[in-house]
Amino acid sequence: MNQHSLLFQSMVYLAAAIVFVPLAKKMGLGAVLGYLIAGVIIGPSLLGFIGKEGEDIMHFAEFGVVMMLFLIGMELEPTLLWRLRTSILGLGGLQVLGSAAAIAGLAYLLGQPFNASLALGMILSLSSTAIVLQTLNEKGWMSTAAGQSSFSVLLFQDIAVIPMLAIFPLLATQVVAAPELHEHTLRDDLPAWGQTLVVLGAVAAIIIAGRYLVNPLMRIIARTRVRELFTAMALLMVVAIAVLMNLVGLSSALGAFLGGVVLANSEYRHELESDIEPFKGLLLGLFFIAVGASIDFSLILQEPLLIFGLVIGLMLVKAIVLLILGRIFKLSTDQNLLFAFALADIGEFAFVLLSFSSQVRLLDEKLTAMLTAIVAISMALTPLIMLLYEKVVQPKFTRQASDKEERSSDEINEKNPVIIAGFGRFGSMTGRFIRANGIKCTILDLDSDRVDALHNLGIKVYYGDASRYDLLVAAGANDAKLLIVATDSFDQTRQIVELARKYFPHLQLLVRAQQVEDTFDLMDLGVLHIYRETVDTSLRMGVDALRMLGARAYHSERAARTFFRQDEQTLKSLSALRDDKKQYVNSMKERIEEMEKLISSDRIKTWLDEGQGWDAESIRDEVRGEPEA
Amino acid sequence: MARVLINFAHPALEKSRMHAQLLTAIKGMPGITFNDLYEQYPEMDININREQQLLEKHDIILMQHPFYWYSAPAIVKQWLDLVLEHGWAYGHTGKALKGKYFTNIISAGGAESGYHKEGKHQYSVHQFLIPFTQTAVLCNMHYAAPYVIYGVHRMDIADIREEAKRYRQTLEMLRDDKIDLSVLPQLTYMNEALQLPSQTQ
Repeated sequence: MNQHSLLFQSMVYLAAAIVFVPLAKKMGLGAVLGYLIAGVIIGPSLLGFIGKEGEDIMHFAEFGVVMMLFLIGMELEPTLLWRLRTSILGLGGLQVLGSAAAIAGLAYLLGQPFNASLALGMILSLSSTAIVLQTLNEKGWMSTAAGQSSFSVLLFQDIAVIPMLAIFPLLATQVVAAPELHEHTLRDDLPAWGQTLVVLGAVAAIIIAGRYLVNPLMRIIARTRVRELFTAMALLMVVAIAVLMNLVGLSSALGAFLGGVVLANSEYRHELESDIEPFKGLLLGLFFIAVGASIDFSLILQEPLLIFGLVIGLMLVKAIVLLILGRIFKLSTDQNLLFAFALADIGEFAFVLLSFSSQVRLLDEKLTAMLTAIVAISMALTPLIMLLYEKVVQPKFTRQASDKEERSSDEINEKNPVIIAGFGRFGSMTGRFIRANGIKCTILDLDSDRVDALHNLGIKVYYGDASRYDLLVAAGANDAKLLIVATDSFDQTRQIVELARKYFPHLQLLVRAQQVEDTFDLMDLGVLHIYRETVDTSLRMGVDALRMLGARAYHSERAARTFFRQDEQTLKSLSALRDDKKQYVNSMKERIEEMEKLISSDRIKTWLDEGQGWDAESIRDEVRGEPEA
Repeated sequence: MARVLINFAHPALEKSRMHAQLLTAIKGMPGITFNDLYEQYPEMDININREQQLLEKHDIILMQHPFYWYSAPAIVKQWLDLVLEHGWAYGHTGKALKGKYFTNIISAGGAESGYHKEGKHQYSVHQFLIPFTQTAVLCNMHYAAPYVIYGVHRMDIADIREEAKRYRQTLEMLRDDKIDLSVLPQLTYMNEALQLPSQTQ
């Protein structure tokens, strides 16, 4: 029965997503709003398919947030953190402090106790990483100044939840009775210092495991070449972290975030990212549905004015703080507005913190329920607000925005213009040459041993299969200019090429071919820049051979180029001949004959006649026939 | 002994009649540095450092090449463009070539009579060579009279061998200081040096 209900629930969720998300997209509302609407409709307030008690759904759906934070953590290479330190600490820190102070002050004025006011300020100062990042990404605003600022602030908020969780028990004045409702954790029976120790131990465990356990483990898994094991490993990691964190009573999202940070420099980063990405998307969707479903409409109907007043009031307060900060940090007006619009909502961590505060009896239950509704409403409003910005506010600034484009785009552009798939004996030469010329490349390779070896040489290579769409996206294919395909197996090369032509038509493709047949296939696929391996080297060898036999260097060089040109031409004409698959053998024979014919005609016609302009016999004949001038 | 450098340029020496013989005649001549540009740089990527060092080590620089289209083969232009750097060859600090002698050793298909105002080519070889003359001046060098072999189209192999012999003799005299270098700029052709017994020491 239980299983059936799980299946039934899954069916309801998935069906809701599949029905409402495309609808929302079609109406220009964005996927997030689609999920939220789906949640409202299948939720207890309307159809009642799911969640008699909204909290349970949330609990499960939070896993999407966990994964998202894991991925965000993985984005955080130390260099990036360092580069963003001003905006993370300055902008993020001031946002949390400012909003928290303003909201706490208001709460205190409205008659809340001092400690509860402080907690409220902190809880409500947070914004929704899930919704904001998703929406910014969807609209392609991530690289704008506002997008980057928002990212920094969200990052700071996510980190700030850790100290908040630590402070809340201290704020709780009442003695905490052993909580009956929430799960029993390791921490509960321990004295204060013991609790701290357990928490620190858990964090240390994640860091140590991430540093010293994951890479060797991934290496072993990579060697098995069973792809789904990678996915399993990635999922296992996230789940294990979540379980560990739950065990010690910390937020699993935070643990995952930390785990991500630890793995940010791992060479398996792109692989992990792309493995988790689809799950993240789905689970986040689930989370949004759960948020939609958890909006308690009966509560709202009881006191609609109060609740909507509070939502609007809170968002206004936050927006004002954000606008002031944006001004201080010199965002242009349109970007500042986007920044304020995006972050004015209240985030999913509020759910976590609210339930935590009610556990420690910091806030009373009625207030908690009301705030849960407020948070959900404000989250649901965010995509609408962003839509408002896109349709009404932004058009007024379009000109300024395009002026700003250049400056803001290179602010934190960690995507490289060149992606190299395959860093073996072929790709490594090309890659080293490009790097030596100061152009940054994102390098992907499928040979885990090679990745290790290169890693030891200080060359950053990511382990990963570039024939996967998600991995290419993770490697920055959306922003790159060139994709150099130098993989060893042609099957893979073909897959990458097909994928790139389909999904990233803006990418210029430079493709390595091993056999003549590969070349033909690539021509059929419409690849313009094909590099038959060893052709250049063999010709260079030929040039040296000619020179050693007494030919002049310049002549040999020109002869090689002539030969190369002829050969390329032959290939092109033969590629057309090859279309008749039934006569493949025939055409092969034809090809060989043709080649030989061309080569011999080369020798007679082209090579000896090269440089007709230099000392032509005909002019001597002509001059000899004339009387001396 | 004057140090003589020959910068030779022929893109298709295997087809050449005159220069092949000239080279045969001077092959292995002691005291003469022979620098074959097309052989050295078949991909035109000239090693500027090497070329400049060669120039610094010599007193007389001869550019030997066929007189293609009233000028030199492409690599000679490339060589001039890249090797004669500002600050080294010319300009306030560019004194590396100061006082050296520079000229062209060329072969032309047509007869000398064609290179006159009324002739087929309307201008003298000297006029066509102005880019080289002025380059020498700008680089603080003396432009010596060019060595010109006319009428190659009509020559048979015996004539050509004769020319090659004379060429070798001229080079020997240059190398052995048997020609007063300061006279060279005043001559019409360096070829005359052989016929000027008064100039020989």
